[in-house]
Amino acid sequence: MTGGLGRIGVVTFPGSLDERDARRAVGLAGGEPVELWHREKDLRQVDAVVLPGGFSYGDYLRCGAIARFSPVMEPLLEQARAGMPVLGICNGFQVLCESHLLPGALTRNDHLHFVCRDQRLRVETDGTAWTGDYETGQEITVPLKNGEGGYVADERTLDALEAEGRVVFRYVGGNPNGSRRDIAGISNEAGNVVGLMPHPEHAVETLTGPTTDGLGFFTSVLKRLVTA
Amino acid sequence: MARVVVDVMLKPEILDPQGQAVQRALPRLGFEGIEGVRQGKRFELEVADPVTEEALARIHELAGTFLANTVIENYTVRVEEPARREEGAAA
Repeated sequence: MTGGLGRIGVVTFPGSLDERDARRAVGLAGGEPVELWHREKDLRQVDAVVLPGGFSYGDYLRCGAIARFSPVMEPLLEQARAGMPVLGICNGFQVLCESHLLPGALTRNDHLHFVCRDQRLRVETDGTAWTGDYETGQEITVPLKNGEGGYVADERTLDALEAEGRVVFRYVGGNPNGSRRDIAGISNEAGNVVGLMPHPEHAVETLTGPTTDGLGFFTSVLKRLVTA
Repeated sequence: MARVVVDVMLKPEILDPQGQAVQRALPRLGFEGIEGVRQGKRFELEVADPVTEEALARIHELAGTFLANTVIENYTVRVEEPARREEGAAA
């Protein structure tokens, strides 16, 4: 799809560790992955961006707090507000919350342990840029691995997210980290920005993943770009 | 040089599992009667110039936008007198 729609940037921060899997997932879905370094201020005309998982800047202050001020975030915030699809996975979700592109925050897992397991999720809405290829109510299984994955927000924000259909994924079969209302992922008001703690980019091939359920994220956004 | 201390604490309504883990360890160590533990962060900022009202306002801004995530944390800012190191060294 070179030259056409479907260029999806994947940002590498110091400490990112899932950028290769994210780029591979983009390619398997039929898109063109574009490497973006966090110091760059140019998004190289990509059509969408993935903020991958990892431990940005070592998460010295809070997860994502320092990464949020990387130069690449300036054009990203601007274009995300203008409607460009952005997906934040795990640490990427934390960066989006620290950037206030998404409400709430991620805190230390309530049981204090790092969790690594295949996690069942319910797709709560197919109305976002990244979930159009799923059906609302569908259950998918993708890996989850985090130490600070508990989603928190005040009651008013949680009520608003529910009322506006912005809870995109909920944990099924046990809450792995104490997230409020079993929330695994949310979107912004426009539905172009989505953040979630579990890792769809690790579930795109049966050789290495538990399922290929994660591929739908990337095919969804590519379809959205073509029809936009 | 003045020192400004910023203390950051999770808001009371936010679960603090680290603090709870510390509290649970206390009876095992023989410390009784501690009914709650909350764990926070302390930042010590060494400020080159005198801490004017304006400088303090900037530090409040720094604390509220960067050192603390006000979605989940509260913070306090206070100016601490610089340590009188020469007196300590004489002892």
